[in-house]
Amino acid sequence: MRLKLVPENTSWDFFSRAKMWLGISVFLILVGFASFMIQGLNYGIDFQGGTTIRTESSTPVDVAAYRAALEPAELGDISITEVFDPTFPEDKHVAMIRIQAQEGAESVEGATVQTVEDALRAVDPNMIFPFPSVESVGPKVSGELIQTAAIAVVLAIVAVLFYIWLRFEWQFALGAVAALVHDVVLTLGVFSELQIKFDLAIIAALLTIVGYSLNDTVVVFDRVRENLRKYKKKDLKDVLNISINETLSRTFMTSVTTLLALFALFILGGDVIRGFVFAMIWGVIVGTYSSIFVASAILLWLGVKRDWSKPDLNQTGNQFGNVDA
Amino acid sequence: MMNMSLFQRISIWLTVAVGILLASPNFFYTTVENHNDAVAFIETGVSPNAAVADMTQEELDANASGWPGFMPSSLVNLGLDLRGGAHLLAEVEVEDVYSDRMDGYWLQVRDALRGERDTIGTIRRQNAPDGQLRIKISNPAGMDRALQLVRGVATPVVSLTGVGANDIEASGAGDIITVQLTDAEKLATNDRTMQQSLEIIRRRVDEVGTREPTIQRQGERRVLIQVPGIGSAQQLKDLIGTTAKLTFHPVVGPAGPNDTPGPRNVIYPSIDPQDAGTFYELEQSPVVTGEELADSQPAFDQNGQPAVTFRFNPSGARKFGIYTSENVGSPFAIVLDEEVISAPVIREAITGGSGQISGNFSVEESTNLAVLLRAGALPAEMTFLEERTIGPELGQDSIDAGKIACIVAFVLVLVFMFLSYGTFGLFANIALIINVAMIFGLLSLIGATLTLPGIAGIVLTIGMAVDANVLIFERIREELKTSKGPARAIELGYEKALSAILDANITTFITAVILFAMGSGPVRGFAITLGLGILTSVFTAIYVTRIMIIMWYDRKRPKKIEV
Repeated sequence: MRLKLVPENTSWDFFSRAKMWLGISVFLILVGFASFMIQGLNYGIDFQGGTTIRTESSTPVDVAAYRAALEPAELGDISITEVFDPTFPEDKHVAMIRIQAQEGAESVEGATVQTVEDALRAVDPNMIFPFPSVESVGPKVSGELIQTAAIAVVLAIVAVLFYIWLRFEWQFALGAVAALVHDVVLTLGVFSELQIKFDLAIIAALLTIVGYSLNDTVVVFDRVRENLRKYKKKDLKDVLNISINETLSRTFMTSVTTLLALFALFILGGDVIRGFVFAMIWGVIVGTYSSIFVASAILLWLGVKRDWSKPDLNQTGNQFGNVDA
Repeated sequence: MMNMSLFQRISIWLTVAVGILLASPNFFYTTVENHNDAVAFIETGVSPNAAVADMTQEELDANASGWPGFMPSSLVNLGLDLRGGAHLLAEVEVEDVYSDRMDGYWLQVRDALRGERDTIGTIRRQNAPDGQLRIKISNPAGMDRALQLVRGVATPVVSLTGVGANDIEASGAGDIITVQLTDAEKLATNDRTMQQSLEIIRRRVDEVGTREPTIQRQGERRVLIQVPGIGSAQQLKDLIGTTAKLTFHPVVGPAGPNDTPGPRNVIYPSIDPQDAGTFYELEQSPVVTGEELADSQPAFDQNGQPAVTFRFNPSGARKFGIYTSENVGSPFAIVLDEEVISAPVIREAITGGSGQISGNFSVEESTNLAVLLRAGALPAEMTFLEERTIGPELGQDSIDAGKIACIVAFVLVLVFMFLSYGTFGLFANIALIINVAMIFGLLSLIGATLTLPGIAGIVLTIGMAVDANVLIFERIREELKTSKGPARAIELGYEKALSAILDANITTFITAVILFAMGSGPVRGFAITLGLGILTSVFTAIYVTRIMIIMWYDRKRPKKIEV
């Protein structure tokens, strides 16, 4: 007896409500974009400059007391958040203190950290010194980092557009990229809506989402291309439906295994990478959805050439077909 | 497709075996690490860290024999976020060097122009912006001749890109000659400054003797310094952030902080807290500089106070000797980074080339200063753009959490695959285990650094690596439905899934490459594991599971298979 996530031989119609799905996607993109524009991302120091200090103590965190103690130091904007994690033992209380970039200095002065240390020592003698981590990024670097990150994401999307265009047709490339942009915008939207810290690692997650979503889209498209040759007379809509149904079992299997691994990391991997893992989990879910409801829907909308009999590069289905693997 | 040549089979299993062999040291991390340290110490006599230096010979031998010598012993390096340590990104103010260069050219230009006083008249150096040299000549009619002479001082740039260019350019306006470095020379100078800075940082970090520091040039003018195991970034900054430029100047006289110095003079404050508010007016050109030091050691002076001794090299000793014998009775200043440490009166000529600096040092400061003087001065100042300190406990916590997450993810995926595909799932699982071992093998082989996002990359790979197998198995299922024989169905499954597998993995690989190229630090670590994971997972899915399925099929010859 096998575990089956998807019944065999499904023939669901994925496009009967194509307009509704596209509508939902467009709506979510608008919401995400609006949130991104209005509220903005909660940039970490990587992108905004400043200092974060991680504190650890055996006595519970008292945010108000910490704040009061740091007030006289006049360090500008300070945010203090307590960190909760199921992997922490009973007597471990962690907080993150974030200090804005100091006027006129690129990175934090040792004296500033010392001031914070002295102030907190007075509040909580049980606190562990030196701090478990102190990270400081100057405004100069953070400006460059955000620029590089944006370039990386755009570059990845362009490179992928080009590759798909080479291997398939331009309609496929547009469909795939629309799905990618959809995923990236929705991820940014979630980060801005929930105000989760957005740092350099999240960019890595974003690009992985790009990779994953693409992986999914390409598998569906590969089947579409195959079926376009097989069913020369069928409607494009039917061909797309058949292809999605045929690959549905695989789509779910892969998403579930990936999600299993990611959830293990989310729950047990510690608080340091939780935001990163969250981005990926969200990305896998959105990416799976988008390869069916966005990429394929766009393909249907754009139409695709139906005469695949002309001998061209893609004629045998893949130019790797004759690789003796 | 269902038959593989013996050669193919052997190469596949051999590749797997090599991968696992390369990965094996990582499963005994501490043992192998101790082994490597001990062997390095025995062979070179240089201790990689403090703990090893204190060991007895027996302990060293025991550690060295803890891991067999014939086995590979390269380990995956742990990133700072896993090991703890300090990270600094510094920018070198390369322009600092231009003014020093101009001082050098001034001497040459002066000598060249002096010879033709009749046509040019008298010459005088004017104040100029940094990186420029301005000379006023009293006879503007001789400007053409003067420029000709100044240009005669120029020499071709020594660099690969600056072929054909000269190092300085001179222009004349009215009675002023302006000399500055050409762009080609600036580039070459910047490059030299960076090389020197890297070298000096390396020497200073090595003096403290920590394990495997990373000191890398980044871009045009930045240096990345990562030192595992150091307590805080501040500690590292104290060590490498000081220019430590030691100079000896003739003293013109005491001065106030707001006085304007005489021409070609400077006013520096005293470093000594007891003399706070004392300023000295000094001649700008030093008699001798720290570049000519041969050695420096911490010591105690005759009053038992911490001090630093120094010894000049022969040319420095000669200059110092001549100066001190000519100026007995007048004060001279010992200056460190534009602050006067002390300004003693020369009692007698110092010809031996060695001396002692006493200031108001603590023992720690004198030790530090000796290290800095020995390692040499940085050619230019540095600004720190980024600094991170991660405590060793936090790193250990991250490793522990990462390990548990990895194992749980692994078990979940293994169970899920077995439930979904039965025997075939088992094959995929074995391939998955081989896959992770091979990632570690490759990481050790290329000496890559594993970071926390890198671990996440591995976990992600665990999830995604099964994708290729899922594609194949699903395809075999489909082919079985059209009632072909099992052998034919397996064959077609592999054949038809191949294009999807390759397309999907190539696109992900493209993103990994871009991440690697554009990213830094943790992002790069993630890109490496993701990229390597794609390579190994394609290999294991296409070759390793297939060879297992073929071997199983050849033995069982089942009439019917269920995938």
